[in-house]
Amino acid sequence: MTTVEERTGPGGRGVSEEVLRGFFREMLLIRRFEEKVEDRFRAGDLPGFLHVAIGQEATATGVCAALEREDVIASTHRAHGHTIAKGTPVERIMAELYGKLEGCSHGYGGSMHLYDLEVGNLGANAVVGGGLPGIVGAALAFQMRGEKRVAVAFLGDGATNTGTFHESMNLAQLWKVPAVFVLENNGWAESTPASQHLPLPVEELGKRALAYGTKLIEADGQDVEAVYLAMLGAREHAMSGKGPVLLHLRTFRLTGHYVGDPQVYRDKEALKQERETKDPIRLLGARLEIGDEEFAAIDAEVTAEVEAAVEFAKAGTDPPPEDALKYVYA
Amino acid sequence: MPELTYREAVRDALGKALREDDTVFVMGEDIAEMGGSMAVTQGLLDEFGPDRVRNTPISEMAIVGSGIGAAIQGMRPIVEIMYEDFLTISMEQLVNQAAKHRTMSGGQVKVPLTIRTQGGAGWSPGAQHAQQVEAWFTHVPGLKVVFASTPEDVRGLLWSAIYDDNPVVFFEHRTLYPIKGEVPEELVPIPLGKARVHRAGDDVTVVATGRLVHEALAAAEKAESEGISVEVVDPRTLLPLDDETILQSVKKTTRCVTAHEAVTRGGFGAELAAVIQHGAFDWLDAPIERVGAKFAPLAFAPGMEQWVVPHADDVLEAIRRTVARS
Repeated sequence: MTTVEERTGPGGRGVSEEVLRGFFREMLLIRRFEEKVEDRFRAGDLPGFLHVAIGQEATATGVCAALEREDVIASTHRAHGHTIAKGTPVERIMAELYGKLEGCSHGYGGSMHLYDLEVGNLGANAVVGGGLPGIVGAALAFQMRGEKRVAVAFLGDGATNTGTFHESMNLAQLWKVPAVFVLENNGWAESTPASQHLPLPVEELGKRALAYGTKLIEADGQDVEAVYLAMLGAREHAMSGKGPVLLHLRTFRLTGHYVGDPQVYRDKEALKQERETKDPIRLLGARLEIGDEEFAAIDAEVTAEVEAAVEFAKAGTDPPPEDALKYVYA
Repeated sequence: MPELTYREAVRDALGKALREDDTVFVMGEDIAEMGGSMAVTQGLLDEFGPDRVRNTPISEMAIVGSGIGAAIQGMRPIVEIMYEDFLTISMEQLVNQAAKHRTMSGGQVKVPLTIRTQGGAGWSPGAQHAQQVEAWFTHVPGLKVVFASTPEDVRGLLWSAIYDDNPVVFFEHRTLYPIKGEVPEELVPIPLGKARVHRAGDDVTVVATGRLVHEALAAAEKAESEGISVEVVDPRTLLPLDDETILQSVKKTTRCVTAHEAVTRGGFGAELAAVIQHGAFDWLDAPIERVGAKFAPLAFAPGMEQWVVPHADDVLEAIRRTVARS
């Protein structure tokens, strides 16, 4: 895994076309991965249930590209993209979704509990808001030991209504720990629109940072470069000793809450519009003028990677049932 | 051997860990300048400073949750939840996060976190400052649960809790803080999962926790004057439980009373009774008697409070009942 400077030059600010093409490739990899797991889930290959983040690839890629390996993240129930972007190989994530020993959580976690400590992934969390206090604690440990690292919590707009959000923001600011709260605001708490769960306009959700005196940084969550640069700034601020950052990214969930969600609650015309105008991969492709041929080449590459991941996962080992008791205690 | 109060014994273990180990720190509500609502952490701020003895906001989820995060990153935090009733506020972090990270991660994550708390009746605090909820946590795989009853035990067990690589919910009893007891000159760690036989006897085993250990010992004295020989066992760690010591005792005495201050129904005595009936069925000469509080939120008026929670006489009655069965 390379450092931020190795990827994007001094200060990490040289976002060349080559760097953006790298982002494009990763976002397409995330997209193809999620489409594949939807497909495998519908075919009955995958146990449990799944939440995909189709439409939100730019937030995962942009945020994690601005992080060093030693920085840590805690993800949400919509975790595949974050996990890929933080550096876990897709075959290990796929193996986890298949419930195999070779999975990134060795078959103990599943889609909503993807962990990879080696690359600083402290785990996805299936309780909305559940991972936030832990990130404050991780950041506190870094601060107490004088380590130059940040701890990053992903959360959605729905999570900003939980008690853990308020307690975590308050404590993080009070102690000025190096934490970044990445708010992926897609305007939906499962099936409930922002108009029914937020007392303020969805675009203004970042204002909640003001209540804690916390630095607010905002960016267009569909623009990966903007996300990346905003996260670089957030990281710098958090590590400067001035306290945490709320990084507010307006984004769009272009699918249902879970795989198979008929989305009876959603206006079909509006969704169609969003798919046409808000798709971050399409937007970046247009900007980079990626033609059909080049797209097909990149697509073939990442699709092959995903196919290989499926083969890897299928050939994986089923954990012995009695191993379910193996990690109750350390 | 020197004598310490239960309160001093807790403080002694905290101080020693803070002194010897940079990864240890304590945090909780009012624990710094004020020294904690039970004065347990008095003096620690002066010795170790505000970085390692941290006052927190009234945010139980964040107190436990940030302890979890720091623990995963290699610290050994000791967090204080002022009253065990307030553990209910941090329940999500304890039950869904602290207890499950290790299994959910397939063994990648360790959470060496100690959660100290206290509670108990006997001073008319009313229903929200006196509950005994230790049994709730014994139902959660991934947590360890300790309930210490003497100065020596509380010191040695707390040390082991701090150095255990798992989240440990550590219960202290409000009314035990002033009691005095002999302790070894140097702190001797007491392994988790080991019961203590406080008093040997032949006719009845009383398995008691927390304040009821002392009530059971008092009851045993009275029983002896009636010609009944009572063995008193304190499991000390409720999870994992030292089944072996308890079963051994019951196989010897053939009769058993369980005793705790928490309400009887669904209390830890129910688990003890199940373990004992299964492991010592052929040895039992009488049904297992359970002593605990009556099933009500704790009332304020002293007379009502005293009537609801169990005392030595209730244990003695139960001993008599079990001996009376032929």
